[in-house]
This record gives sequence, structure tokens and C-alpha cells, in this order.
Amino acid sequence: MSEHGHDHPHDHGSPAAVMTARVNALIGALEARGVAADADVTAVIERFLAAAGPQNGARIVARAWVDPTFRALLLADANAAIAALGLDMSHWAPVELRVVENTAHVHNIVVCTLCSCYPIALLGPAPQWYKSEAYRSRVVREPRAVLREFGVALADDIEVRVWDSTAELRYLVLPRRPADSDGWDEARLMQGVTRDALIGAAR
Amino acid sequence: MTYGVGDLVRTSGRDPAHHYRVPRYLRAKRGRIEAVHAAFPLADARAAGDPAPPLETLYTVAFDGGEVWPEGAEPNTVYHAELWESYLLPAAELP
Repeated sequence: MSEHGHDHPHDHGSPAAVMTARVNALIGALEARGVAADADVTAVIERFLAAAGPQNGARIVARAWVDPTFRALLLADANAAIAALGLDMSHWAPVELRVVENTAHVHNIVVCTLCSCYPIALLGPAPQWYKSEAYRSRVVREPRAVLREFGVALADDIEVRVWDSTAELRYLVLPRRPADSDGWDEARLMQGVTRDALIGAAR
Repeated sequence: MTYGVGDLVRTSGRDPAHHYRVPRYLRAKRGRIEAVHAAFPLADARAAGDPAPPLETLYTVAFDGGEVWPEGAEPNTVYHAELWESYLLPAAELP
């Protein structure tokens, strides 16, 4: 017997099972009221994910590297800056985007200690490690040790800034432009921008 | 909006029974206002199912690693958290 007094093969206690049941109930209610069908919901999600990926983040970074006016706007009002590229954070609810800039003296790294808040529209679905309890709990306390495990060794005189994302604010790291990239166009610059660098797990 | 960028603040040491966005490791810690954002619905009220949660100014507050983790903090690290106005007290008013 399970602790709540009946035998059953299904897993209705895990967070994922609870969420699945909620989503199915919500879709059922939408269908029952004629608001939307299951297929409509799936189509919206597929359309969103088809357009969401790290190429968006890389495009933002490459533009900032070649266009100082765009870079200034990106750091001051990132939502306005990405709108100029036809990108948008606000698919379901208003979300503020903040872009934080790496320099010779500063390294930024992003986490969501509560859950897995992440700029999906700009980076695609979050990597598994970003959602792990190990990353979420360790990076706030020992970001240098975590970065070393990612292969990033930082001298003590480089300030490490950890940014804890929430439902209200999402972060994107603006990495440093490669030193040997003079004269490169945006398309070429984009190719070297990795997802991990946009989270701050690479430098 | 009570605080401006650069103001020194301290987080409340409260330990409420409901949803609350000051993690335990940040309670009664000194920080500095790093950014002032719009007013957002208070997470405590949203989590309780309040259909009209109060709007409060949200701040990004910067904490030195050594303030948050008195033992074993790494050098030259700064942790940033998003905190609502009612979570904060002016640093000057505290002992």
C-alpha cells in the first residue's frame, strides 16, 4: 500500500505528474468551453519553439558588437533593443529582459535559484544542468568553483556577478568580442557565440 | 518607490509561513540597490491566489559574497536578487 492508502501503478505524486494533470485539466476546460482545441495549443507551442533558439541570442550579441548605438540601447533597455531586431520576450506575460556585459574585469553568470527561469525565446529550452539543484544551489555560493568545472578559470581580480532570474526578469550575458575579429561581419561573429556564453557558463 | 540606485538597504529577517521571495541565506543581510524596476504584482499574494495582488516596486539588490556567506565565500563575487519593496529596510535604520 502506498502512503495515501491505495495501490496504483501511476505516478501522481511527482511534480511532473502533478503538472501534467493540471495541463490536461486546463486543456480539457478550454476544449469543453470551445475556446481552443488540444491541437491549437500544440500548434502555438510548436510555433514558439520553432522560432526560439540560441541563434536569436547570438544575433543580438553580434549586432551589439558591431553597432555601438544598439549596444547602448541593449544595456539600457533590452526589450526595446531586441524589438528592433523583431524579437520579443512577452509571449505569455510581460517579462523584463536585462543584458549584462562582460568586460576585462567583470564576468557575469545567470541562474534561477527558484526553478528554471530562462530567456527561452532567445536561447531555446534551457539545458538540463541549468535546472539541476546542484547548479542552482552552488553557483550562488561558489560561482568561481562552478565556472572552473565549466572550464573557465578566472583570476581573483575579475569580479564575478551572479544574477538570479525570476518570473519578472530574465538575463542574457553580452560576452566580450573575440580579440581577433576585426572586420568580421555579423554573420561571421554570430557563429562563434555559444549558448553557454550567453548564460555566462563560458567566457 | 522609496529607494534609488546606490542606496544601502537591509533585507527583512521575517520568516513568514507563506510563499516569500527572500531566500533564507539573504535574510537580514546588507545590500545595495543596483537597479529599480517597474511595479510588479507581489509574489506572496500571487502565490496565495489573490486575484488582485498588490503592485510593488521591484529592485535588483547586490550583495557581496562575504555578506551572504560569512564562512567560505569566494573573493570578489557579487550576488544579485530581485526583491520587492516590502522586503527591504533602509540600512541606516538598523542597528
